[in-house]
Amino acid sequence: MTGRAKAVGQAVAIAAVAGLFALLVWKLAFADKGGAADALARGERPVAPTFVLDRLDASEGEIALADLRGKPIVVNFWASWCIPCKDEAPALQATYEKYRSQGLVVLGIDVRDFRQDARRFVKRFGITYPVVFDGSGSTVGKWGVTGFPETFFVDRSGRLVGKRIQGGIDIERNRQAYDEGLRLVLGSAQ
Amino acid sequence: MTRLLAAALVTLSLAGPAAAGSPVQADLEAEIVCPTCNTTLDQSNSPIAARMKAFIRARIAAGDSASEIKSQLVDQFGPAVLAEPAKRGFDLLAWLVPLGALTVGVLVVGALAWTWSRGGPTADHVSALDPDLAHRVDEELARFED
Repeated sequence: MTGRAKAVGQAVAIAAVAGLFALLVWKLAFADKGGAADALARGERPVAPTFVLDRLDASEGEIALADLRGKPIVVNFWASWCIPCKDEAPALQATYEKYRSQGLVVLGIDVRDFRQDARRFVKRFGITYPVVFDGSGSTVGKWGVTGFPETFFVDRSGRLVGKRIQGGIDIERNRQAYDEGLRLVLGSAQ
Repeated sequence: MTRLLAAALVTLSLAGPAAAGSPVQADLEAEIVCPTCNTTLDQSNSPIAARMKAFIRARIAAGDSASEIKSQLVDQFGPAVLAEPAKRGFDLLAWLVPLGALTVGVLVVGALAWTWSRGGPTADHVSALDPDLAHRVDEELARFED
């Protein structure tokens, strides 16, 4: 092998290793570690990760979180196959009916589910608040969702406040955090 | 007997294509990923995996082909639900890149092996031993033999 060919080979090998190393560094530096939920747990008030998703409760149309800016929002991640989601559904609907007049929006995000199952769920529990469909789970990483159900509170300025609620909002250990989250978003300024 | 054999052959020839076109539940379960546990369906007992298995069973019973069932699942859960990336569009890279890398690797190793087998050091290239060193080695060997 000539010296020139050897030098080119070495350069290619070094470039390949450098490329892989750069990918590793990029992954470590920018990988989505715990999403917005981690920032919230550290006491920060991160901007709620945006999304545009198809409505489940309408034959067509979509909802963008950005379009709801200025309103207090309860974001609830759920799936029809999740048992605690069934348990908490009446409580979420009751919240929506109670605070709707104050501008509160309860937004359900149906994740990793069959549309027809989710529609059946919505009908069965008489849900009237808006629900969007995220079959691929595109929102899960950005929000830091680790299970279902999970509930977040977005204030009028579009930031997450209060605590992320893991598990049903109706169970005893989550009751206080849920009431506090509602208080924070309803009292928030734009 | 001849008639019986002929009848059996006709039956087999008719049944063959239908059997080949009908998807097998176990095959599809091994080719579809459970979206909450990131294993294939056949490795998972999660609620959504159970629901997906039931969906596949129902679609097979309804006469759908394997590609139709996969397409319906991709429509619900996105392309990540397929255990193997699609062999078209951008996903084709997932197949081509490893094959390309393997081909390049084989070519590089082959070229190196060929070069080494032809251009390796020969007796002519081996430098002669330094005379002083040769003398010292002889002395040491003689002392060792004594």
